[in-house]
Amino acid sequence: MTQPILQLQQVTLTFGAHPALRDIQLSIQAGERVALVGANGSGKSTLLRVAHGLLPASQGQVLPLAGKRQAMVFQRPHMFRTSVLRVVVWGLWLQGVHWSQAHTLAAQALQRVGLQDAAHRSAPTLSGGQQQRLALARAWALQPDVLLLDEPTSSLDPHAKREVERLLADWLDASQATLLFSSHNLGQVKRLATRVVYLEAGRVLADLPVDHFFNHSLVHSHPEAHLFLKGELL
Amino acid sequence: MNSLSDSAWSALELLFHCDPVLWSIVGRSLWVSLLACSMACTAGVVLGAWLGVARFAGRDALLTVLNTLLALPSVVVGLLVYLLLSRSGPLGFLGWLFSIKAMVLAQAVLVLPVVTALTRQCVEDAERNHGEQLQSLGAQTWVRSLLLAWDERYALLTVLIAAFGRAVSEVGAVMVVGGNIEGFTRVMTTAIALETSKGDLPLALALGLVLLAVVLVLNVGISVVRRWRQGVDGAINSPVHGVTL
Repeated sequence: MTQPILQLQQVTLTFGAHPALRDIQLSIQAGERVALVGANGSGKSTLLRVAHGLLPASQGQVLPLAGKRQAMVFQRPHMFRTSVLRVVVWGLWLQGVHWSQAHTLAAQALQRVGLQDAAHRSAPTLSGGQQQRLALARAWALQPDVLLLDEPTSSLDPHAKREVERLLADWLDASQATLLFSSHNLGQVKRLATRVVYLEAGRVLADLPVDHFFNHSLVHSHPEAHLFLKGELL
Repeated sequence: MNSLSDSAWSALELLFHCDPVLWSIVGRSLWVSLLACSMACTAGVVLGAWLGVARFAGRDALLTVLNTLLALPSVVVGLLVYLLLSRSGPLGFLGWLFSIKAMVLAQAVLVLPVVTALTRQCVEDAERNHGEQLQSLGAQTWVRSLLLAWDERYALLTVLIAAFGRAVSEVGAVMVVGGNIEGFTRVMTTAIALETSKGDLPLALALGLVLLAVVLVLNVGISVVRRWRQGVDGAINSPVHGVTL
């Protein structure tokens, strides 16, 4: 087996006296599509932030593979008060890409998500679905090896949701990038993920291939996980 | 009543006949406040933006001091600057006391905490909402603070206008360090105080009207900026709602 592209070793994170993550052990290989699922407050978003380096682990280690780039898309991505094109250009510029090259890459990324005609519109005036596509364009322009998504479609209508999923699936097929995302949408998990990590109260309760996850006796025998799969904790 | 109406009529005559004394005072006043605000706003926006993002030991204490400085009486600022610039003071060698430079310095000191505190609040709110996004893109503290300040530029524009309103309408500091010397350091507010005490109500009233007009223009400016911003991104989140004398 090759070296994992991202590893979390016995990661614990506490906010004051409250443990948000407890002894998380996670190893992700290049090309995997891992879904983090669980009820609200189970630690999905926190785990993503720790994996991305936005939050320091209280104990344990986060080990991204050297030289591999990460990009993260948030549930409600922030749109700078500037043009759509510049939102992507700024993201690239912050990563050290030269301004003129950033314009070329940004235009290509916008083309990919179908926002090329909106390039000179003010970014905050875009609809929720368009803003999420723009956030994806900004992340993709960075050509990440690992893409982290925090409930990327939770605030979108069904049409925009499917559109974002389609773009994601196309891009993942083409790039072979690794995906780590959190979601409450079990249908989306089935469509996008190859592996599911179920979290409860900051612990990993199950870590299974997607097909096994929905039929696994361990998951169904656990009362909270059972309710989650039945849709009562979504 | 006759006295008031006569004074008002005389004041309008002074205004519309372009009285050179009156307009030189107005020009000097605007120039001093403009220079002071340029300096204070440059430093205040950068410092405030950094304070909005940076986390360090003693930050809370520093913010408490900063917020206390918001309520600093202008006459106390005048006194402190006077002590700094007086012949025996640490900056006495500059020879600035009772000059336009001293007045600019006093107004800048007066306005700096206002700009810094309001910018800090504005950028800190933005950091709370969007800081993670910028961190995720690789922006470190300084870059993040400047980018967030730029992103909040419409809100900060109203801060700058409010700061100018505070500077142009203060009287204590410029009176103490400028000396209210005719034709040299006399500005609108100090002239109003002097002319009222002398009983020359028309000139005081005319200057008062100009000062009110300046503040009115600033408030219209804030309103225009807010409407423009609403049109641009559909959001109004300004910490400043107007200028008061």
